[in-house]
Parts: sequence; C-alpha cells; structure tokens
Amino acid sequence: MPRGAKMKSYDVIVIGAGHNGLTNAAFLAKAGLDVLVVEKNPHIGGAAVSRNLHKDWMYSNCSYVCSLFRPEIYRQLNLAKHGLQVITYNGGFTLTQDGDYIGSYNDPEIMRREIYRHSPVDVDAYDRFKTDISKWCRFIRPMLLRTPPDPTSFKFRDLDELRFLARKFLDLGPRDLHDFMKFFTISVADYLDQYFTSDLIKAHKAGSGIIGTGLGPMSPGSAYVMLHHYMGDVDGSVGAWGFARGGMGAVSNALAGALQEHGGEIRTNAGVEQITVKNGTVTGVVLDSGEEISAKRVVSNLDAKRTFLGLMDPKDAGEKVVKAAKNFKIRGSSGKLNIALNGIPEFPALPKGSDLIQGDFHIIDSLERMERAYDDWKAGRWSKDPYVDALMPSLTDPTMAPEGKHFLSVFVQYCPPKVEGKDWTDDQVQAFGDTVINQLAKYSPNLKDLIEHVEIRTPREIESEVGLTEGNIFQGELTLDQLLFNRPFPGYAQYRGPVQGMYMCGSATHPGGGVMAAPGANAAREILMDLKLGNTVPEDEGDD
Amino acid sequence: MSSQGLAKEHYEMGLKKTPFYSRQKELDIMNEWHRWSGYTVPNVLNDVTFEYFAIRNSASVFDITPMAKYRIKGPDALDFMNRLLTRDMTKLRVGRVGYSVWCDDEGMVIDDGTVFRTSENEYLLCAQERQLETLKRNALGFDISFDDVSDDIAALSFQGPLTCTILKKVGFEGIDQLKMFDLKEFAFAGTTVMISRTGYTGDLGYELWINPENAGDLWDALFEAGKNYNVKAIGGDALEIARIEAGLLMAGKDFSPATSTVRPGHAKSPYELGLDWLVKLDKGVVFNGRRALIQERNKGPRYRFVRLDVEGNKTACSAYIFDRQGGKTIGHVSSAAWAPTAKKNVALGFVDMPYGEVGSTVWVEIYYQKELRWNRRWAKAVVMDGPFYNPERKTLTPPEAV
Ligand SMILES: Cc1cc2nc3c(=O)[nH]c(=O)nc-3n(C[C@H](O)[C@H](O)[C@H](O)COP(=O)(O)OP(=O)(O)OC[C@H]3O[C@@H](n4cnc5c(N)ncnc54)[C@H](O)[C@@H]3O)c2cc1C
Repeated sequence: MPRGAKMKSYDVIVIGAGHNGLTNAAFLAKAGLDVLVVEKNPHIGGAAVSRNLHKDWMYSNCSYVCSLFRPEIYRQLNLAKHGLQVITYNGGFTLTQDGDYIGSYNDPEIMRREIYRHSPVDVDAYDRFKTDISKWCRFIRPMLLRTPPDPTSFKFRDLDELRFLARKFLDLGPRDLHDFMKFFTISVADYLDQYFTSDLIKAHKAGSGIIGTGLGPMSPGSAYVMLHHYMGDVDGSVGAWGFARGGMGAVSNALAGALQEHGGEIRTNAGVEQITVKNGTVTGVVLDSGEEISAKRVVSNLDAKRTFLGLMDPKDAGEKVVKAAKNFKIRGSSGKLNIALNGIPEFPALPKGSDLIQGDFHIIDSLERMERAYDDWKAGRWSKDPYVDALMPSLTDPTMAPEGKHFLSVFVQYCPPKVEGKDWTDDQVQAFGDTVINQLAKYSPNLKDLIEHVEIRTPREIESEVGLTEGNIFQGELTLDQLLFNRPFPGYAQYRGPVQGMYMCGSATHPGGGVMAAPGANAAREILMDLKLGNTVPEDEGDD
Repeated sequence: MSSQGLAKEHYEMGLKKTPFYSRQKELDIMNEWHRWSGYTVPNVLNDVTFEYFAIRNSASVFDITPMAKYRIKGPDALDFMNRLLTRDMTKLRVGRVGYSVWCDDEGMVIDDGTVFRTSENEYLLCAQERQLETLKRNALGFDISFDDVSDDIAALSFQGPLTCTILKKVGFEGIDQLKMFDLKEFAFAGTTVMISRTGYTGDLGYELWINPENAGDLWDALFEAGKNYNVKAIGGDALEIARIEAGLLMAGKDFSPATSTVRPGHAKSPYELGLDWLVKLDKGVVFNGRRALIQERNKGPRYRFVRLDVEGNKTACSAYIFDRQGGKTIGHVSSAAWAPTAKKNVALGFVDMPYGEVGSTVWVEIYYQKELRWNRRWAKAVVMDGPFYNPERKTLTPPEAV
C-alpha cells in the first residue's frame, strides 16, 4: 500500500475461518455489512476441513460426519448452490472381543432381530429408548437457533425467552420433566441402565456419550453428550448422520461461497495477535505480521480461552472475564488417525458382503472397558485399549479416494493433551498411532497390509493446527455448567464480549460444539440487532 | 405384434414380470410394489433415502421396461413424426433423441415422451401411456408402419454421477463421448444394446435398451462393473423425489392425458405445462393441434405451470394455492417433495393466469400429519425460474469421473 494511503476500515472483522466464523460473516455480509474474515492457516474451515495430504486421497481431517448442521442455515445461505451435498449413510457396528458384532440397521425389523440375537428382552427397551431420545431431541432442537436468555436480567426479551423455556418445560408434564432434568446430570451408563440389560448393547450406544469429552461413561453429565450427538438430522430424519460429499471441507467451502456471494472477503495466512481496544470499544485487530486492520466490530471464532487469554489485553477483558476464561473447562481428550487404504479391510466378525461396513464401527464392547480407557486418560496417558469411532466415507462418497481404495477416518477416545503432564514428543505421537492401529488390527487382520499413509493427530496437532485449546473438539466441555446461559460463562452467553463492539461466535458459545453453524448464526443475529439492521438469520422451522 | 396371440384365459395371467423381476425381488425387503402397465415394479426395495442418494451420489438402476414403446418406420417416417409431434422433427438427426409432447386437435397434450431417431427412416417412441390408437389415426396417408414393441424391449434407466465411469468399465467404449440426448448402439454379450444419454432425474444418466433375453446379463454387468461404486437398484419412490427435485412433469400426475380426460378444463396445452419451447408453430407443416395452439398463443393460456419454493419443511402435497394467506384459491399443487440435494421444499403445480409470474409469491395451505393427528399450516411460496436442481454434470461431455 502506498504511504499515506488510508487503510480500509471494515464494519466487521471475524477472527477465524472456522465454519462458525464463516457462517457469522455470511449472515452479516448478507445484511449488507462490509465483512472481512482473517484466518491464520493457509486454508479455511478450522475443524471442518478436507485436506489432500496423500496422492489422490481426500481426508476429512478433523470432523468427519455431519448431522448437527442447522438445515435452516443450509437453506437460507443456499449452500446447495455453493456445492454442499450431505448424503446419509447406512449402518454401523461394534466389534466384540469374542469375534462377534452388533450392527445398527436403519430398517426397524432388521434392527429388532439384531438386538434379539444378543438380548431378547432389550428389543422393546430399544423402542422405548428411541422414543425417549426423540422426546428430548424434540425438546432441545428449537433452542439451537435461539440466544439463551439471561436468567438474571429483567429485560423484556430475556423474560420473554425465559417464559418460552418455562412453557416448554411445563409442556413436558411432571414425569418427563423429571426424566429430562436427570438427563442433564446423570452418566450415560446410568441412563442406559434404565433401558438395557446387555452390556454389549449399552457399550454400542454409549460411544456417543464419550466422544470428544473429558468424561467417562460413568461420569455424571455424559448422558447429555450422547443427546448432543443425537439431536441433529439429515433431511428431517432426526439422529441420522451423513457425509458431506468431498469431505467436511465442503461445508466450509460452501459457506465461504455464500460469504463471497454477498461481498464478504477472506484472508488466509493472516493470524490475529491482538484485538485492539480504545476507550472500552473495539478498534480492530493486529495480525501476527504486525499489520493493523481497523473495524468497528470484531467477532472471535476462537474458543473462550484463546479469545480472552490470548487475543485480548487483560486490562481490556477485565478481571472477571479473565478469571472465567481461566476456569473454562476445555479438556482435550480425543485423537484422530486419517488413513489411506489400498483396499477394503476385512473384518472376519462380519458376515461376508455385509453393508454395515458403510457405517461407523466401534471397538470396545463393554462399559467397563470404556471406563478403563478413561482411567488411562485421567492418569495422563492415552488409552491402552482405546475406544474408536471409525468410518470409511469413501465407501459412500466416491470423491474421497481412488476406485477400490479407501479413506479410513479413525476418531480415538481417549488421548490426553499432555502425556503425564509433559508435552508430547514425536515418538509418543507415533506410539499413540501404533496403539490405535494395533487395536484395529486385532479385528481386521489385513488392515496393516493395506495402509498406504497415516496422519496421526493428538491434541497437540489439533491444537497447533486448528487452534482448539487442548484439542478439545467442542471448544469447551458440554457440561451443564457450560451449557445454555452458562456458555461460555454466566453473563456472557449472548455472544457479546466484555468490551463494546466485541463478540464471540465459536463453538465455545451456545449451543456448543460440532459442525452445527448455530453459534455463528446466533451471534450474527445479535450483532444485527445491536446495529438495528434487518435480521438475515433464519428461525428454527420447528418439528411440531 | 406381441399384444396379439393372447389366450382366452389371459385374465388368469396375473401380473406381468419384467426380465429384471427376479433380480429386484432378491434385493427386496420392503414388499412394496405397484402395477405399471400390467407389470409389477417396486416402489422401494430397501430404503428410499439410500436409493435416492444413489441417483445423486453414485449410480442407480431403475427398471423402465413397462414404458410404452413403438417402432415407427417407412419412407414417410419423418413426415409422420413431424405431423404427430409439436417439435420440428427435421432438426432431429439420426443418433439423437428428442423430448416432445403430442396433442389432440384442441391442442391439449395427450402425452409427453422421448423420440429416438434410430436410422434415417426409423424412430422409437417411448411414452408413459399407451399410444397405439393415436399412431393409427395419424398414420392415415403416410407410408409407414408402426409396431407396439413395449414387451419386446427391456430397458433400464441408469442415473447418477458415476454412470459414465461404470459404463466405460462394462466395456462400452466411447460412451463418454455421448452428448446429452445422443443415442448409440453398442455390442454386448453377442447382441446389441442401445444406449441413450437420457433420463428422468435431471442428472447425468443413461437409458439402456436391450432385448429381454439378454437383459439379465446387462443388469449383472452393471452391478459387476459398479461393485466398487455403490450401485443401487431403486424403486419408483426414490425416482419420484429426484424427478420432482429436477422439476420434471409426469403424465397422469401433473396433468391428465387429453385422451382420457372427461371434465372440461382438466386437460392442458403445452403452454399451460410450461412447455412452450417444444411447440414450433412455424415449422412449415401442419401438426396435430396446431390450429388450436395458434389461437391459444394469441389468446393466452388459462393456466400457468409453476415450480414453487415453499417455506418451512412441510411438503405441500395436494395443497391448494392461494393469492395470499386465507385469500382466493388460484391453483393447486400437483407434485411436492422435500428435495434432499437442492435443500428446498419444492412443489409443482398450476395457477390461473395471470398469477404465478417468476419471482412472485403465492401461498399454500399445507395439511400434514404428526402421530396420527392432522395439522395445517400456511406457507409462503416463491415461483422459481427454472428447475430447483440442475447440475453441470448433466450436460458436460465427457462427464467428470466422479
Ligand atoms: C478431530 C475432530 C473430530 C471431530 N468430529 C466431528 C464430527 O464428526 N462431526 C461434528 O459435527 N463435529 C466434529 N468435531 C467438532 C467440530 O469439528 C468443531 O466443534 C467445529 O468444527 C468447531 O467449529 P468452530 O467454527 O466453532 O471453530 P474452529 O473450527 O475451531 O475454527 C476456529 C478457526 O480459527 C482459526 N484461528 C485460530 N487462531 C487464530 C488466530 N489467532 N487468528 C486467526 N485465526 C485463528 C483456526 O485456524 C480455525 O480456522 C470434531 C472436531 C475434531 C477436532
């Protein structure tokens, strides 16, 4: 830029091109604001990204399946036009140590037979379980695209929202209300005990209660984590999961397309070092290159720790916020392997030709083993006998790998942010990878021969690349003390930061982690409200 | 003609089975079939969602054997087709397929279908409804012959982004050079298969036409070549979602064929079906319905075909269309579906003129059921300009590999 030229000032700068930052920016740009997204990495997407790291393979590098994404946002931003296609996938199974498996089938008749095969009394229990989960999903889904009310405020809007919540609770009726309250506080193990007798069935269902969390299946609070994984949908089928064709990066790319369609800009390789504040009001950001960009408003897509402890001067953030950010629970507990395979691995436990292989598969066949895997994490070690949620998207999505070859995504629980209190070494990262591959190979004898390339990601890699503190996939634990009007902390749940013009839009805000886009959209609605501009953010369409 | 030679006891015959019946039956877990021109065909074999996504994500196989098919040949074949159809048939070269409608004398649409020009003096006409009598009446004075070959040709619709890749693997060399609406014969298993780049899904896709004896082999070859590609046999329900998403009309659903319509005002002209582009009034020859259509063009049609983007997620099946909430009834929805790829709540329907201009808003009152109780909801709907879904790969030659 020539000397003396006046640097452009933006209406809004969004820090981070994660899917929430992009969603936020897209809605603001749609409202006519001049928006810039600055991203530290050379690529956009944060934890919703596709990366080509080996030959013709595409990895869904962090997140790998899609369900939570709000359909209203998908539609409003015309993401189909921008190339997003989400395809439901079929099935899934858990492998047992004695060479059997339990499958998940979409067809209810086949599903009932499969449960019967393992435990006849659990067949009806399964139907009851599904009905109850649907009830809770129906209860919670309408809250996703709403800003949580502040229970201490007497503003008309907060009172109105509290009334909305109260009415929903009353609608449940006394018995369901009891069960629902319990749901938020009990463990997934206790919850499943109310339904099932078979330990295998419980383990098969419990996985979604531990994914991404620093809780074990027996820790209070893990039941909600399970619900968090059930409340999404694909084309109205609640609880279904799908692939984004082309990997999860397709979500972010489509959002970027929508943003650019409305005139927004994205700058990559532009990490922010500081949010600048003057007289209690935001003035812009300083990049790590030293460049300053001014803006009337700054929105952070980063988690609460990084935002308030990393990018803000403690004097600006204030003692209360700094303390809350320090105490914010954001424990890394997951690892991931992305593997390029030369063929389809064999699982002798599965019948030949079974379609189940197109779904997600799990290792760990009892709650006890799952809890032991958690014990390792508490001691600061990765699980010796880890839980895995593995999947080959390429069996459904032909764009992920060459014909007949496959991308195997392996999500691993548990993997600590530090090893026994010390930073990870490269050897330890390798050893963690070996542990996981050996775990899989116990159930798939030819797996190792098929491996062409492996990318191993511990919380260290996830933190340094995506900027998720401790590699916590949700940008902060999903426990009641950090949900709804407590997310990220009480008094700051309405997306506004401690200084004028500063906002938060990442998964550290309500309704939390996952590729959902709701935090980004809700934050945009608040910003537009402050600016007295017309709202561009859709409302929940409702399930009735 | 295979329609002759029927036994006196034909009423005991029951349902007809296509050459693909046993293969479909093997895959069936839903037991949902319906009758189509006397044949039994599946609505769904395994799961509508997965069958639908085979169309949009990999490759789908749908049995279209029951379609009505007629072979028309003779020195006057071109003139005859030009007389019957609204399009200018001199433009349809050998090796090309045309989509067209044909009308009665009042200019009302009898049916729509595809016309394959297989050689200089020979056509294959494919339609939803039977057309033998229409052909016979129009043949007067033309040196042609026509045959009902409906039962003599087995056919598969092979649709989806991977279909070209898979056909190449079967060994159909040069298939990737086929442009949209091209047709070509290929050698297969000691016989020939005619392949056209056509379909009813608004996506990349082909239709394969073969004699019934070799039809099973063709099915097997597709599944063998596509085994790494998630090829799926599909039923009519999945196809129905795809065709509504693509905004395509269906005879008997979106419009009542003129030859079987009793009530005044219930048949529709090509203009009223939004098919103006198929009508070539000035093609230089007289064709069925021309005089009426000229009049209609001057007077203006009575109805307008609309593709609606309906707000909310409740499908507007069989809904009335209103000018405003609680206002005047101006039309009806003929087909509706949630479109999983376009991510729109789509409806096809008809409104009275002059309503329904592109970009305008109308209202629908939607009835829907939840746990056996009926609810209703008013929803705004915007009239779309063109189809809801129209991927680039549909027309790209050669198509992309994935
Ligand atoms: C391994 C893994 C697997 C997961 N699996 C799933 C799954 O299958 N399904 C699902 O729904 N969810 C999954 N999740 C969770 C989900 O991916 C995340 O919760 C979600 O993507 C977070 O999105 P976000 O936009 O809030 O933040 P992020 O994706 O964290 O985006 C933050 C962005 O800010 C950028 N940034 C950081 N620091 C700076 C800086 N100083 N300056 C500029 N930019 C900066 C980052 O590079 C990043 O692009 C997974 C997460 C992980 C890590």
